[in-house]
Amino acid sequence: MSPLVLSSATLQEVTPATGVFSLIALLIGLPLLGAAVLLLGGRRTNKWGPYLGVLTVGTSAVIAIVMLVKLMALPSESRAIGESLYSWVFAGGFQVDLAFQLDQLSMVFVLLITIVGTLIHIYSLGYMSHDKDKRKFFGYLNLFVAAMLILVLANNFLLLYVGWEGVGLASYLLIGFWQFKPSAAAAAKKAFVINRVGDVGLSLAIMLMFVTFGSVTFSDVFGSASQASEGTLTAIGLLLLLAACGKSAQFPLQAWLLDAMEGPTPVSALIHAATMVTAGVYLIARSNAIFDRAVWAATAVIIVGLITIFMGATIGSAKDDIKKSLAGSTMSQIGYMVLAVGLGPIGYVFAIFHLLTHGVFKAGLFLGAGSVMHGMNDNVNMRRYGALRGAMGITFVTFMAGYLAIIGIPPFAGYWSKDSIVHAAFEKSTLIGVLTIIAAGITGFYMTRMVAMTFFGKARWEDDAHPHESPKVMTIPLIILAIGSTFLGLALLFWGNIKTWLEPVLGLTEAETALPELAIIIITLSVVIIGAIIGWVMYARRAVPIEAPRGSWLTRAARQDLYGDAVNDALVVRPSYHLARVLNWFDSRAVDGFVNGTAAFVGGASGRMRKYQSGFARSYALSMVGGAVIVVLALVLVRL
Amino acid sequence: MNPIAVADKALFEIPPLDYSAIAPILILLGVAVVSVLVEAFAPKRARRPIQLVLVFGALIAAFVDVVTLSGLRTITASGSIAIDGPALVMQGAILILAALGAMLMAERLVDPSGDAFAARASALPGSEDEKQFTARGYFQTEVWPLFLFSVAGMLLFVAASDLLLMFVALEVMSLPLYLLVGMARRRRLLSQEASLKYFLLGAFSSAFFLYGSALIYGFAGSVNFGWIADAVSGKTGQNALLLIGVAMILVGLLFKIAAVPFHQWTPDAYQGAPTAVTAFMSTTVKIAAFGALLRVLYVAFGGLRLDWAPMMWIVAILTMVVGSVIAVTQSDIKRMLAYSSVAQAGFIMVGVIATSAAGLSSVLFYLIAYGFTTIGAFAVISIVRDSSGEATHLSKWSGLGKKSPVTATVVALFMLSFAGIPLTSGFIGKFGVFAAAIDSGATWLVIVAVVASVVSAFFYARVIVIMFFSEPNENTASVVVPSAFTTIVIAAGATVTVVLGILPQPLLDLVNNAGLFLR
Repeated sequence: MSPLVLSSATLQEVTPATGVFSLIALLIGLPLLGAAVLLLGGRRTNKWGPYLGVLTVGTSAVIAIVMLVKLMALPSESRAIGESLYSWVFAGGFQVDLAFQLDQLSMVFVLLITIVGTLIHIYSLGYMSHDKDKRKFFGYLNLFVAAMLILVLANNFLLLYVGWEGVGLASYLLIGFWQFKPSAAAAAKKAFVINRVGDVGLSLAIMLMFVTFGSVTFSDVFGSASQASEGTLTAIGLLLLLAACGKSAQFPLQAWLLDAMEGPTPVSALIHAATMVTAGVYLIARSNAIFDRAVWAATAVIIVGLITIFMGATIGSAKDDIKKSLAGSTMSQIGYMVLAVGLGPIGYVFAIFHLLTHGVFKAGLFLGAGSVMHGMNDNVNMRRYGALRGAMGITFVTFMAGYLAIIGIPPFAGYWSKDSIVHAAFEKSTLIGVLTIIAAGITGFYMTRMVAMTFFGKARWEDDAHPHESPKVMTIPLIILAIGSTFLGLALLFWGNIKTWLEPVLGLTEAETALPELAIIIITLSVVIIGAIIGWVMYARRAVPIEAPRGSWLTRAARQDLYGDAVNDALVVRPSYHLARVLNWFDSRAVDGFVNGTAAFVGGASGRMRKYQSGFARSYALSMVGGAVIVVLALVLVRL
Repeated sequence: MNPIAVADKALFEIPPLDYSAIAPILILLGVAVVSVLVEAFAPKRARRPIQLVLVFGALIAAFVDVVTLSGLRTITASGSIAIDGPALVMQGAILILAALGAMLMAERLVDPSGDAFAARASALPGSEDEKQFTARGYFQTEVWPLFLFSVAGMLLFVAASDLLLMFVALEVMSLPLYLLVGMARRRRLLSQEASLKYFLLGAFSSAFFLYGSALIYGFAGSVNFGWIADAVSGKTGQNALLLIGVAMILVGLLFKIAAVPFHQWTPDAYQGAPTAVTAFMSTTVKIAAFGALLRVLYVAFGGLRLDWAPMMWIVAILTMVVGSVIAVTQSDIKRMLAYSSVAQAGFIMVGVIATSAAGLSSVLFYLIAYGFTTIGAFAVISIVRDSSGEATHLSKWSGLGKKSPVTATVVALFMLSFAGIPLTSGFIGKFGVFAAAIDSGATWLVIVAVVASVVSAFFYARVIVIMFFSEPNENTASVVVPSAFTTIVIAAGATVTVVLGILPQPLLDLVNNAGLFLR
């Protein structure tokens, strides 16, 4: 691998916020207020609470769109807007402001979060209409949107960390939303714990940044990154990668995402497909100044991305649970993005491009899966679906749009973004390029399998299943997302000029590839179509058994999430357990002994001193005289 | 100007007074006089409403006046009164806290037999008279003129720039307080005993202060702080007079801030006084007394810093350690808070010792933060009751967290703030004074302070443990529903405690912009 000439992004000048941009705080404040009202208001808000939730996020989306229009009107070099609310932490030389930065990268995230967030809020009105705790659900969703906006709008790593933890909390609460199900409660706990492992990476990275650069604001860290040693930058990069692995369900911290599907489906769509799980990609892309100068860290990013692409695709091919299959697919697609950010300036822009299209079409696919489940008594087993295209037409058509997008058929959205990543991979190395093409073929296979098992073939429904189309409040968001799945790629690439838009923040270089561009496109498309045909033959032409066959060793392993839990157990759980035991021993013997000894000493002293508080005014007066003598002596003796 | 010449010439002249600058004090004194007349002439039924209107009207008017004066920096009354940034900040804080204290004193719903004050202060405890008065539903409203005089004294105390005027202000502030302490409706003997002790020891400390003033006059030929400072820097006069005079004056002031070993009145007075009065005096007197102490040390005796600093170190360390350690074994929450206020005085002294602009502003911040937390804490104590009145014994608080979660949570918040846990005002306050002291080289003092605050965290945390980690039993007190008065005080205390912990910048700006004392 030859080190490329890296022309990273030059640091942009940040201009203070004026006009509509001074509403950045409101953008976050609205959903935060919604969350506060819904969660503190109690049952009083049951009736109108969900609508308030939709309204706050919807208003934020409108503000975001206005900001986009204004931002596009500005010259590209002054599109970084800063807004400082107040000095938040000051300790010694360490000062952090509660300050936001809206630039081209944050802007696209804000749009994704608020618009997709609004659609999913609307969809949830229908999906959760029978749930008696839906007020709480919308409160948590609002909390999530607010935290995610803080994450992408922060202008320093500490505030980003606040958002990072906030989305983790919201994710935990929402996965465990149906906590009466033990599996949901356990899944929530698992997600929380595994994410903590990643969070340790982020907090250590922040500390290391402060030690190295004396500041944690983006501008200071990235501005002086070139002065730090490569060893330090590599360490920071690897720690950031660990954080990204936790949040974005990348190898080896991927196991929680599949269990997280216990949460309500809108949650899976919003948090575990479109937005939160892409936070790791955001973190690495944002820190491009560090990764550009830490070759080994960037290589580690590529390796993690590649491993996860294949792990996710394998799991997606084997699961019979429609949501878990989609979750495997999410892992795999995020693997593409992580791979792309690992490629450096040839890939950053395309990672974000794929992130946006994926956010839309995967949200659509999840909501479609939710719509199917809604009509099938919440059954998630695809072996009990089949032939649903007649029963739920709108869901079918919209799902197909998402399907064509994810496998990458032109002109659907995913084609443009995935093709860009494949192309960038070839720029880096032919081997990586070939691997991404193979993975694209597997994507074609498992998505075709999913579509075939769900919408085609013979009906294998349970006896009490009466599939029906979902209400309008659910299908309209589906239709909007399907339109997005179809046209967003074209729109972003040719109308929105995503490349020149993001280039000032992320940098963009192009390199020669071993194969001509057209050849790569044709090979990729053929591999995808071959994968799809295999899937079609296996799952649409042949009958699908209701009981899952034993399958090959790979299928069995994939059904066990490729033994992710066992790996976690061996790598994290058991060592932590033993460490905890040792620490506990130390704590109870040494620390407690010291503390208890001190406490006993203070208590004894206190009892003795208390006796001097006799209650007699005369002895008090005597003590005052004694004190006066001390004071006089202390003053006079100093002079001597 | 030669002070002797001034004395000759101006003996019988009225000093020029800037009435607008001292208007807040004049408003309170004027309304206090009216309030006395109301007691004498208004019909019994009408007194309470009239007094409440007068008291709150006077406090609000005085506060508005302080706000309009905010840019003013002047010395008036022949150099006796300095209206400067720190004085105005402290006057404003005293007025707000006094208003909150007045709300607690006006509360009539928490005690089934009426308010917190004895029906007739003159009736002997347990006598037939007392029973008669109580049975007839008598209330007394004499507390209000006393309250107003006391607040006026405090406003003057923080602005006095002259030893004699400071003494007068000290007495105007203290004498009504001695009376107020003795007026509890319940446990009257305890209350009267506390009142008498407080009075005797207070008189004793005033004598020290006055004697010190006489000695300083002997040294400097004047009681004015500016002239004293000139005399100190000019090194004219006799050192023995100066040093012993400073010592005597400081004894008087250290008594008021409850520094060890002049603290013994505190637990008795805090416990015996009606809780509303405790809340009022523990916050406002602390601010006023520290204001006077700061002005004396920084303005009059700033040149003697090297002389008084070692003594202040000793007293500060004694105060922090003794206050924290004795509080550990207290079983009555009012007494515990009394010792806690002793320890807190020690922490504030750490900031005083810094003798810098940062020291001054951090002390101001600490005083305000501490004032709001304390008044909120005492307000909560006044609503945790059982059949015998306030349930101040800590054993009666066990399991309160399960019985009344909101109240217990608010108490926990106050305790965390006292202990100086981050995200509460107490943390920012402690951080400020400790940082200022380290900047001025008092690192060892800060180390002692940190150790003492660790010890203090123990007894604050104990309250939380008792409330939340013990089961309620039949002795557990219940929380009565107060009127809007007490609710406002608790809400204000809790809000300020949280807001100053998260968003301290506005108040930090305010105290930093207050600048230094004028001389």
